[in-house]
Amino acid sequence: MLHDIIIGPFADFGFMRRALVASLALSLSGASIGVFLILRRMTLMGDALAHSLLPGAALGFLLGGLSLPAMSLGGFVAGMATALVSGAIARFTSMREDASFAAAYLTSLALGVLIVSLRGSSIDLMNILFGAILGVDDTALYLVVGTTTLTLVGLAAIYRPLVVECFNPGFLAAMGVRGSLYHYLFLGLAVLNMVAAFQALGTLMALGLMLLPAVAASFWAREVWSMTVIAAPIAFASAALGLLLSFHAGLPSGPVIVLMASLFFLASLLLGSRASVRARLSQPVHLRG
Amino acid sequence: MSSIAALRPALRLVDLTVSYDRHPAVHHVSAEIPAGEMTAIVGPNGAGKSTLLKAMLGLAPRVEGRIDCAARRIAYLPQQAEIDRSFPIPVLDTVLLGRWSRFGGFKAATPADIHDARHAIEAVGLRGFERRPIDTLSVGQFQRVLFARLLLQDADLVLLDEPFAAIDAKTVADLMAVIRRWQSEQRTVVAVLHDLDQVRRDFPNSLLLARELVDCGPTGRVLSAENLLRARAMAEAWDEQADACEMPVRRSA
Repeated sequence: MLHDIIIGPFADFGFMRRALVASLALSLSGASIGVFLILRRMTLMGDALAHSLLPGAALGFLLGGLSLPAMSLGGFVAGMATALVSGAIARFTSMREDASFAAAYLTSLALGVLIVSLRGSSIDLMNILFGAILGVDDTALYLVVGTTTLTLVGLAAIYRPLVVECFNPGFLAAMGVRGSLYHYLFLGLAVLNMVAAFQALGTLMALGLMLLPAVAASFWAREVWSMTVIAAPIAFASAALGLLLSFHAGLPSGPVIVLMASLFFLASLLLGSRASVRARLSQPVHLRG
Repeated sequence: MSSIAALRPALRLVDLTVSYDRHPAVHHVSAEIPAGEMTAIVGPNGAGKSTLLKAMLGLAPRVEGRIDCAARRIAYLPQQAEIDRSFPIPVLDTVLLGRWSRFGGFKAATPADIHDARHAIEAVGLRGFERRPIDTLSVGQFQRVLFARLLLQDADLVLLDEPFAAIDAKTVADLMAVIRRWQSEQRTVVAVLHDLDQVRRDFPNSLLLARELVDCGPTGRVLSAENLLRARAMAEAWDEQADACEMPVRRSA
């Protein structure tokens, strides 16, 4: 009985297995990207960045139809262009970076929807906006797993400069290191992960599996590595539970997965070991010194 | 005083102008900072003190004029507002960053580096705090952490931007002891300070700034009542509609 509910769907259906493997890969890299997005106070900018993939993906769709490589390449180019242009605008004018990201995001969303509607049906549009993790094929799986590998290796390589750039950028500058280089390398990895997540969850929710587990982890841990170690399993558990629930209840998988992550977030908010509601309400005996 | 003048200066500023949005924050300043001495940079708010330090570091946005720097290695203490103190990083890791010039962004810290970092943490009175995340520290404790990082940098020129802002007397006394030790090791110390009594007590040289240089030299002479009054008057005269500066105003240091 329990076997039928939990193991059965994955044992019987190839698309469920592929979806599970894709979620595992997305969880591993997305959670670490999410932790850094939070620590850099870039959660909303990350969201804007994810939306900005849309016109690129839509352009890929216009030229190549529902082909994943074309849409992914388009999305990646659009995301990087948004990151670079917003950064440049913030640097050369007095406009703050969050404002320029918001402007870029609204422009992209409108442009993207317009481009898709030029050729596609509303089902295509729904697929691009909300994703279809059950439609993950071998090509998509290679893309996702390749992204995870590159992200984990890349983050490990730039870890120290990135951490210092997060909490004390002036120190890096005084050491003669161009912190902006690592900022953009990180943004590049972030965009890559959004592209990978985009087929599974769509451009509107690509960030869900990155940010929600990372925010949840921040209620349990207080170092970069421990937050990541907690966030990744939360992400994978959300994805696995979401897949099962959507399979049995016949619900769309993307939103259910993101909602599962939201449940983990809510539970952590209430029960977490630090800065949570529980920690606030329980007043333990103070220490001696 | 002649012995100081005979020494090669650690820093020579030649007709230095640093501007934001074309408004000069530091305007045609020429001065010399003596090597191996303690020099205070004093002036009203908005006088360009922090900007001058940034220019010495090579981090100021738009610099005209020249800075000659004889120092091989420069260490810099930023204002605390420039650091995200809520970032989850432990004390020991923060202090170890002082050895950045040794291991950079990619190489590993050696056991010797870690030993020196523990030693520096002890020297600033934070023994036992090694694994504490910095977001649990008070302002004064965190300033001690930053001083430990400076200790590890082993620089011959140390630039301190408001090292004692919002810090209690005990911490100031402890950190002043660290600064005096640097001076006894022939390092040049330049500090932006607001407490004039402290400057008169502890810093033999001063540079009084009000966007333009008011005076630079022995503290007793520089911090005269007349100079301080002049500095305040100059700082209040910020002209939003200022014309382009055609004639460089030259002042002797």
